[in-house]
Parts: sequence; structure tokens; C-alpha cells
Amino acid sequence: MSLLTPQRPTEGAHTHSAATMVPDQSRAERRASFDPADFAVPHGREEEWRFTPVDRLGPFFRDEAAGADADWHEELPEGVTLSTMPVADWQALGVPRPQDRAAAVAAARSGGVAVVDVPAEAELTEPVRLRLSGDGSDLVHGHLLVRVGRFARATVVLEHAGTADCSEVLTVLAGDGSDVTLVSVQEWDDSAHHLAQHDVVVGRDATVRHIAVTLGGGVVRLNTNASYTGPGGSFEGLGVYFADAGQHLEHRLFVDHEAPHCRSNVEYKGALQGETARTVWVGDVLIRAAAEGTDTYELNRNLILTDGARADSVPNLEIETGEIEGAGHASATGRFDDEQLFYLMARGIPEDDARRLVVRGFFASVVARIGVPEVQERLMEAIERELAGEVAA
Amino acid sequence: MSTLEIKDLHVTVETEQGTKEILRGVTLTIESGQTHAIMGPNGSGKSTLAYSIAGHPKYTVTSGTVTLDGEDVLAMSVDERARAGVFLAMQYPVEVPGVTVSNFLRTAKTAVDGQAPKLRTWVKDVKEAMADLRMDPVFAERNVNEGFSGGEKKRHEILQMELLQPKFAVLDETDSGLDVDALRVVSEGVNRAKDKTGAGVLLITHYTRILRYIQPDFVHVFVDGRIAEEGGPELAERLEAEGYDRFTAAGAGA
Ligand SMILES: Nc1ncnc2c1ncn2[C@@H]1O[C@H](COP(=O)(O)OP(=O)(O)OP(=O)(O)O)[C@@H](O)[C@H]1O
Ligand SMILES: [Mg+2]
Repeated sequence: MSLLTPQRPTEGAHTHSAATMVPDQSRAERRASFDPADFAVPHGREEEWRFTPVDRLGPFFRDEAAGADADWHEELPEGVTLSTMPVADWQALGVPRPQDRAAAVAAARSGGVAVVDVPAEAELTEPVRLRLSGDGSDLVHGHLLVRVGRFARATVVLEHAGTADCSEVLTVLAGDGSDVTLVSVQEWDDSAHHLAQHDVVVGRDATVRHIAVTLGGGVVRLNTNASYTGPGGSFEGLGVYFADAGQHLEHRLFVDHEAPHCRSNVEYKGALQGETARTVWVGDVLIRAAAEGTDTYELNRNLILTDGARADSVPNLEIETGEIEGAGHASATGRFDDEQLFYLMARGIPEDDARRLVVRGFFASVVARIGVPEVQERLMEAIERELAGEVAA
Repeated sequence: MSTLEIKDLHVTVETEQGTKEILRGVTLTIESGQTHAIMGPNGSGKSTLAYSIAGHPKYTVTSGTVTLDGEDVLAMSVDERARAGVFLAMQYPVEVPGVTVSNFLRTAKTAVDGQAPKLRTWVKDVKEAMADLRMDPVFAERNVNEGFSGGEKKRHEILQMELLQPKFAVLDETDSGLDVDALRVVSEGVNRAKDKTGAGVLLITHYTRILRYIQPDFVHVFVDGRIAEEGGPELAERLEAEGYDRFTAAGAGA
């Protein structure tokens, strides 16, 4: 079955935002709008596009319906429902708005939103699985809403594979007191392009974990935004990526602390191998004046395995109140540590095995926190494969 | 019986000021079962000798030879040297984040023996060796050297010596940073490993203290990149009493 049943074009999709033309100062002032016309086609020098190879992404910025439908496969545990919703209804929910042109087009032109509902107080023992696969280079729009009712506990695994130009908007509404894990796996073929905006809205006292695992794709750019509807919410953003030659893997996070006494913790780790392997990590955290008692930490580490690869890492922390629990960030990009290699080899371990141990070890802290065994295992296997590719090369 | 033979070894490192010669002709032969103590002041090149034997890429051997039963050690990669039976307990063991001690030990043992150890006996061996070294079993699940105290790192080095059973062990200042109790425990570990396998030991140290627990057969005084004097255990006692002054430039001028 196709998850995305075509819908009539929706009215109300062109709500104009009151965005001004003032250049970005605070992250809070970044434009957000449902209307694609509010965003110029990027040329690559804009703050939010300056790392991205926009010249390879032309079709994503055309304000028109996509030429193809994505192929969906889903597995729904009992009690979980899948339905569709007109785009206007989605907007009327007060969801976060698209923050760039690609997301605005994807949302406005999707033709309808696929909605996964987990009822209140449900305790899922199996994950909800959604698999999006492409088999061509046509543009597809993915527009998804995951609603988890209050006090429910759910894990959603969203996989992307195959070949496509995929422009995606995903909204997660985590009800009060809910416990939600969303895993987004990008295992595209290397010719695929994928731009996505994931918005996570954390309910009062809810705990939400968003986990990005990005291994495949020519260009992948995943923007994850977290916001809170009330106090006591907790957001954890975990990410693992592995870029080979020719790949551009970009992750941008924006955690917007507006409610008091909320927590956020972001940890992304990436490895790069091969000339022209490229990764970007941008972590914006904004603690607004009202967000007293905020506790936030973000960390990005990159491990460069071979010459010629490049990792950018940009943490930004804006604090508008002094009444916080804690706020910190760390970012480090390092080359493979030859002293570690020497130590292991001095114990008889051959170089390839030693490198593998070090890289596995590098990812271990974040992989262990994923907490979804099947994803952890698959990820470690995928990392082994990536490394084997390097060793063989 | 095995022999580790170092002949007229010259070693340089690259520094910001250019190439610097650190070892200036070291000659030393160690047989199985023997314990040689190398004693010398800070900066005399003791660690350089240890690293050069193990094959650290930072050090360049410009002339001389190192052979193990006639085999050219210098032609071997770092891991080949270890598999040939050369072990280095490091002065500053390296942290390896995300790799647990137990995984590390098993991987190293498998590499050195050329086959995975039998699970049942291995688990028991590790447990016993850790208990003998007064290491808490939780260390097995900690990451290699991460957050270990100085003394814990040294115990972990000797744990590896006991489990990997090398033909020759170079112990680079294994005694430094240990209190008396730890020193005794670690020394007993070295003696146990020696008794079990008949390994030859090159014991690098700054102080005579450890020699009360590990009896050397030979003592070499190391100054300015070469051996300045050699003798039996009595030489260590003289060093204890007189210090290194007599061998260093400062001492000679006094
Ligand atoms: N990578 C390097 N760059 C510059 N100098 C070096 C380097 N490695 C060693 N040296 C120098 O070589 C000399 C010998 O160093 P080494 O570490 O071998 O001495 P050591 O006898 O082990 O000293 P210690 O008793 O302090 O451990 C010192 O002067 C040291 O500064
Ligand atoms: Mg030293």
C-alpha cells in the first residue's frame, strides 16, 4: 500500500509569515513560513546554506508538485493507525513551520500528510516501522506526522533507502508525559539526494529521543528542530554518520528552549574517509528568557580517517537568561590517533583490526545510547562494512 | 632459550629544531630468564630505547641492529614484533575510548597466539590475573586506560604481560607513580610472569626501589643515549648512594 494517498491541493497552504528581511541575528529570527515564496531559491552563500552543495539540488527548490511518489512500506504495531490529512489541517495544528525553501515546497506541494497515530497511554513493545525507498532520480516529497498521545511509549524507525531525490518534512508531536524514540536511518545509494526537516515538539514532561543514522547518500541534509510545549520536557538528539568519498552529509540541529525546566542533550559523532568526504554539523541551542532552569549540552566529534576529507562543526549557544541549570557544548574534529594505533599494535593486533577497534570505540558511546538493539546492531555492522571498504581500498 | 640482541643502536627523532640524535650507540644482549635493569637520569633516552625496540613510528633507527634469535626485529611492523614475543609496558599507557579492557585483552591474546583462547580457561585466567594484581573485576568492562589512575594503568600493563606471555618484556618505569603496596603487587606480577614463562626482562627505572622486589642480574647505567657503565646488582646500590652525578656532565665537572 502507498502511504501517501494523493490529496487535493489544499487551501490555506499559502499563509504568509510576517518575516522581515533583516539578516539573521539571533537564531530565533530565522525565517519560518508555510509559503515557499517567502524563501528565495538559495545560491549557497546564505547562512543556512553556506556548507551545502546547492548546485546539486536544483529540483528541490522548484515550487511545484513532485514528479513521482515515494515507495512506502510500513509495519504498524497493534493500536497504531495510519491515515492521511490535508496539508491545511496539518498547518492548523500549529506545527512548526518550514525553515527553508526545500521544506516549504515539500510541505506545500506534498498533496497530503501521512499521519501515524499512537493512542494515549499505549505502550508499544515493537517499533513502528516506516520504510521509504526510491528507485529513480525523480523528486519525491515525503510529508509525515507522527502523533504520540499522552503517556504513551513508542519507538518509530524511519528508514530511507534506494535512489531518489527526496524532500521530506516530518513533524513529531509528543504528547504530555509521553516517551518517544524516533530513529531516522539514511542508507541511500550514493546517487541519492535527501533534504529533510524534522520537527520534534516535546510535550510537558515528555521525553523524546531523535536519532539520526546517516550512512548513505550523495547529499543528505537533515535539519532537526526541537521545541517544548511546557515544562519538564526532555529532548535527546543522537547522531552517527559515516561519509565516504563524494558524500556530503549534513546535520543541523536547533533546540529552542522556551519553556522552563526542560533538558536537551545532543551528541553526534561522525567519521570521514576518502578524499572529498564531507560532513557538516551545526548545533544551535537557544535558551530564551522564559526558559529558566534549562539544562542543555551538545557535543559533536568527528574522526578523520584519511587525508582530503573535511568536517565542519559549528556549535552555537545563545542564552537569554542567567537562571539556568547548565549549558555547555563541545566540538572536536581530530585525525585518527596514531598513539592509540601504536598501543594496540604493540599488543600484536594487526593494523586493520586496530583501526577497526578504534573507530568502533569512537562510535561506541553514542551507539550504546540508542537503546534500540536492532538499530544498534545494524549500525555497528554498517560501520564494519564502511571500514572494510576502506581497508580494501 | 631466546636472545634479544641490541647492537650499536643509533636513533633520532624529528624535533622543531631539526633531527636530534637520542640513542648514540646502545649495545645490550638479554637472554631468556635474565633481568637487566637500565637506570638513568631524566631525558637520557631510556624510553627512546624502549619505543625503538617496540617500533614506535616517531623514532628513526639510523644504524645498528635489534635481533630476536637472529631475526631482524627492525624489519618487523609493530604488531609483528609483539607477535614475535616482544612486549613493552609503557611509561604512559594510552587511553583507547570505547574499547573495553576485556575486549582488548581477548583481541590481543588472539592476535599473539594466532587463535582465539579457549573461552572457559581464558575467563578464569583473566579473573585470576586481575585478582593477583588486586584489580577490581569492574576494570574488565571499563575502557582501556580511560580514567585509570597512574597505578591502575601500570597494573593493567603488567596484567597484559602476564596474559600475553612474551619472550621479552621491556618495562618502562613501571614503578613510577606507585605507592609501596602497589609496587609490591606489580613486582610480584612481573616475577610471576617470569617464573611461568622464563621471559627476559629489561627493567627501565629511575629508582633502585623496585630492585628490592625484582632482582636484576645486570645493571646498566644509561646516560646521554648510551650505556655508561655496567655491573651486577651492587652497581644499583652504588647509584642509590651516589646518584648519577658521577656520570653526567655536571657531575664530571664538579
Ligand atoms: N618527539 C620528540 N621530540 C623532541 N624531543 C624528544 C622527542 N622524544 C624524545 N625527545 C627527547 O629525547 C630525550 C630522551 O627522551 P626519553 O623520553 O627517551 O628519556 P627518558 O630517559 O625516558 O626520560 P624520563 O626518565 O624522563 O622518562 C629527551 O631529551 C627528550 O626531550
Ligand atoms: Mg622515559
